[in-house]
Amino acid sequence: MNKKQKIMLGRILASAVLLVGAVLVPATGAVRLAVFLVPYAVVGWDILWKAVRNIAHGQVFDENFLMALATVGAFFTGEYPEAVAVMLFYQVGELFQSYAVGRSRKSIASLMDIRPDYANIERDGTLVQVDPDEVAVGDAIVIKAGEKIPLDGVVLEGSSMVDTAALTGESLPRAVQPGDDVISGCINQSGLLRVQVTKAFGESTVAKILDLVENSSAKKAKAENFITKFARYYTPAVVIAALLLAVLPPLVLGGGWADWVHRALIFLVISCPCALVISVPLSFFGGIGGASKQGILVKGGNYLEVLARTETVVFDKTGTLTKGVFNVTVIHPDDCSEAQLLELAALAESYSDHPISRSLKEAYGKEFDASRVSGVEELSGRGVRAMVDGRQVCAGNDKLMEEIGVSWHPCHHVGTTVHVAVDGVYAGHIVISDEVKPDAAQAVAALKTQGVQKTVMLTGDAKAVGEAVAEQLGLDEVHTELLPADKVTQVEHLLTEKSQKGKLAFVGDGINDAPVLSRADIGIAMGAMGSDAAIEAADIVLMDDKPSKIATAIRIAKKTLRIVHQNIVFALAVKALVLVLGAAGVANMWEAVFADVGVSVLAILNAMRALKSKD
Amino acid sequence: MKKSFKLEDLDCANCAQKMEDGIKKIDGVQDASVSFLMQKMTVTAPDERFDDIMKEVVKTCRRIEPDCKIKR
Repeated sequence: MNKKQKIMLGRILASAVLLVGAVLVPATGAVRLAVFLVPYAVVGWDILWKAVRNIAHGQVFDENFLMALATVGAFFTGEYPEAVAVMLFYQVGELFQSYAVGRSRKSIASLMDIRPDYANIERDGTLVQVDPDEVAVGDAIVIKAGEKIPLDGVVLEGSSMVDTAALTGESLPRAVQPGDDVISGCINQSGLLRVQVTKAFGESTVAKILDLVENSSAKKAKAENFITKFARYYTPAVVIAALLLAVLPPLVLGGGWADWVHRALIFLVISCPCALVISVPLSFFGGIGGASKQGILVKGGNYLEVLARTETVVFDKTGTLTKGVFNVTVIHPDDCSEAQLLELAALAESYSDHPISRSLKEAYGKEFDASRVSGVEELSGRGVRAMVDGRQVCAGNDKLMEEIGVSWHPCHHVGTTVHVAVDGVYAGHIVISDEVKPDAAQAVAALKTQGVQKTVMLTGDAKAVGEAVAEQLGLDEVHTELLPADKVTQVEHLLTEKSQKGKLAFVGDGINDAPVLSRADIGIAMGAMGSDAAIEAADIVLMDDKPSKIATAIRIAKKTLRIVHQNIVFALAVKALVLVLGAAGVANMWEAVFADVGVSVLAILNAMRALKSKD
Repeated sequence: MKKSFKLEDLDCANCAQKMEDGIKKIDGVQDASVSFLMQKMTVTAPDERFDDIMKEVVKTCRRIEPDCKIKR
């Protein structure tokens, strides 16, 4: 509780004691009024003051004014104890509300407590702490055990275990050694690390994530927009109804002014839409916060809304369902040696950053002279063409071989086959295979239990490879040998197949699939540790490489939406009920106060459940 | 230019919404958001008029929620 809240609590207690005293004093007439005005003033003077001040500013339907009017009205109709009690309970509710919101704000903020405060940089032989903002790319920083890694970089010296839990939700620490990349926001657990900074703070992973999460509340869900609109009309409507209720029946039926004014005052007490205005955004915010605790970054409440209605999930294969780490498993040369074939392929692909090229280079394992390779041409979806040692080398799939008119033969090993042709003559092929992620099959099964009706895999890979993986994982549909543009067409086709209300999610690794990510109803990028493209293109970012987090995200989205709907229905139902009862003269001020602040408090408590998420 | 400001003593969610609506109506403001939960306000407006527009923003906020302070 902060200072302001403590003062309020003191005023509430003092007023409560004075109220009890006032009830016990056997006074009548003006003395009785004076005795009740004391506790009223103690607890409500600021409301009255704000009401007067805000009217001067042209703010008529503000909740201070409404409470002031309702309680002052109660004094006029002679219900002194009610007038004080309503104000008292209103303040109790407000206090609790501010406390609860403060608490949940804090617990959400602590989830995002990944901002590094300082970086250790060596200057003239001594370590000094500087603001991470001041560190330039290329500087060497030192991270001691227990400290947060302030900036993205490459380890120069030292080895350690790094805790990535704050970013990924993954509890197992990661081992790093010289040459490895480290990501800001993680915690260095054991050894001393010297790291060369590769990105300025503004560009670093931690800054990007913080920016994303902080701005997530700006992207409002439909339910939030509904509440905003509703709030705009609700208060004036209730106030006008109250006015009519106070004036019309006595005029038509004659007399009974005090009774009808009393009923109208009940309306005024319920006229604030606070329960909805606070609890709905708080639920979405809690859902986003709870998801980020699991390493799932959601860019806005609107995406949770869409995600909860996911009907079709489309996966990219490489890097999403499979590890994306290719290993050369077979080398079948036609007339040269295995080493020669591998060297040719590795050199031809040396400029490419495709996972296949990387694994070829890795298998080759030797440094090579870049001047041996020239005229590199990347042929999207097919392979590469390059001049190596003055000879034209084509390395790629069967489509490329057909295109250049080289007769090739398939391999009986399942995997990605890279055919190599030298000066138009077939030289042999290399088979590279990828491994399915350990949780991929479980991820697909978990989606089914979350109500996803169709799971589809799209891949640029060969038919045999794609179908083998799809069968292993239990996917409903698989489309193979697709060029990047074909993936968009496939997704468009799938969009027409799903039901009107259902949504389609596309899951990719963020590399090369930006167009598909944006074409789908919701784009999910995974393995975002360090990949900027993924963070920018997707609506939801999974910080670790686990496809099983998709089902977790859907579950959190559904839970959040359920809480939002509960709150909307509950708040509206209670308010409507008390309005009807109030108009009929059955409800009193007490029920009205409950319908206002009581409902607010309950809705906030319910909203805070969204923050809690299990694995 | 897009700038964000911390807000202090923003106590009611309804007022935050009213502030946002009010700021959006100011001439020159391209976008604005007032987040009750983050206690934060973001204003997008053209660079050359930003300071003038901010004066209007401060005025609007003071009118709607006089207790709320904008920290720069």
